[in-house]
Amino acid sequence: MSTQPPIHVVESADPLETPRRVALVRPDIRPAVRRREERWVMTFPHLIVREVILLQVVVIGLALAAIFFDAPLLGIANPLETPNPAKAPWYFLGLQELLHYFPPVVAGVLMPALVVIALVVIPYARVNLTAGPLWASHPRRTAAVVGAVTFLLAALLAAFACWPIVVPTILIAGAIFTARGGESGGRLRRVLARVTLPEWIMTWFVVIATILTVIGTFFRGPGWSLVWPWNAAVFG
Amino acid sequence: MRELSLSSLGSRLRDTALYRSIVRHGIADTNRNRSLIIFENLFLHVHPVKVRKKTLRFSHTYWLGGTTLACALVLIATGILLMFYYHPSVPQAYRDMKELAFVVENGMFLRNFHRWAAHLMVFAAFLHMLRVFYHRAYRPPRQFNWVVGVVLLLVTLLLSYTGYLLPWDQLAFWGVSVGTNMAREAPLIGEQVRFLLLGGHAVSENALLRFYVLHCVVLPVALLLLLSVHIWRVRKDGGVQGPPEEPEIPERGEIP
Repeated sequence: MSTQPPIHVVESADPLETPRRVALVRPDIRPAVRRREERWVMTFPHLIVREVILLQVVVIGLALAAIFFDAPLLGIANPLETPNPAKAPWYFLGLQELLHYFPPVVAGVLMPALVVIALVVIPYARVNLTAGPLWASHPRRTAAVVGAVTFLLAALLAAFACWPIVVPTILIAGAIFTARGGESGGRLRRVLARVTLPEWIMTWFVVIATILTVIGTFFRGPGWSLVWPWNAAVFG
Repeated sequence: MRELSLSSLGSRLRDTALYRSIVRHGIADTNRNRSLIIFENLFLHVHPVKVRKKTLRFSHTYWLGGTTLACALVLIATGILLMFYYHPSVPQAYRDMKELAFVVENGMFLRNFHRWAAHLMVFAAFLHMLRVFYHRAYRPPRQFNWVVGVVLLLVTLLLSYTGYLLPWDQLAFWGVSVGTNMAREAPLIGEQVRFLLLGGHAVSENALLRFYVLHCVVLPVALLLLLSVHIWRVRKDGGVQGPPEEPEIPERGEIP
């Protein structure tokens, strides 16, 4: 048996250097293996330094906010004296706004449950994994389905007079139809033409959640009536 | 005798047996030591030793997950300090808010810090979710980490919501009353869930104590456990996701 040649350990000080390796890897074992060569850098210092800076920016920003803006504190809790309006924290005001239009079991239970379920199943739904641009295939069938769903949804919501959802729904349906054949159009239409169905749905959800939250926070006064923001009591 | 300067003092300290027993690697002048810094450290080893360069760009993640985590750290630190001054009882809880404002040194700053960090955490977590969605970073092998993220978002909302009651002012009391009245509408179990949450049929001293325990013990522990899983899996799945057009998984039978 021949003696092994001595191994020379060469330590590099170049943090950008990537040693080349040759390895046989079964593709189903390591998810991290990719086809393309990419540029890698050392986590220390490149990532760690950025993380420390981020932490400092967040701490300094929050400290400045804490110096200049006081957290609200009203009178001591009194079960006998209901403020008008009684508002939940801002992230629940979208839900509270829904309560204004729908029966409590729909707005308070059914809709939030549907949202959570929809979020959880996103990575397991085939459409989310394979989706190409919405209009890429079967444009006529797509047009029929999008049109029908929009009409039914808008009609159902209009029956509850829930205009803050009806109007954005119709506007977004308009944007979806604008995207049809947009590859040859202007810059905006080219961008829209690449949007997939899951992205349209998520965008629809985010727009509506934002509108409802903004209305609930800034435009609701006594008896949940519509008021201007300067007349609405806004608390953090 | 060697020249005594700050840097030579530093390197001599790093050569002592005591220092090397705590930190086993030398200073970060070689890539080997830079690697050791990461994987010889309990807190840093959630990172891979190397990261893809393009994932460090600001527009790649907008650092939203990091911002959420930074908020969580701020909230734990300020929350522990606030616990020194807080009694979860009626009416002392409200008096403690007044004490923070007028008696405790920097007490108001501490409370403000905690509150604004809580709002930012909810907001940043939501934006983080959107960024991950539009990057399609939920695709295999990251499906389950997306689910963990959704649960983390819910835990964050619950943390914020349970904390909302603790000042025991009108805002807290009625904000929580509105929310827990919604829980009552759930069919079959709504009434029982609400009773379990409040320790009674209305928001009362029992509810304050339950929300306090949830806010300071149960939910933070759940958050930290899930957070560890969440971040650990990011590393295991090959780091932060690339942009959508990148080829994801090799085709079957194809050697990458």
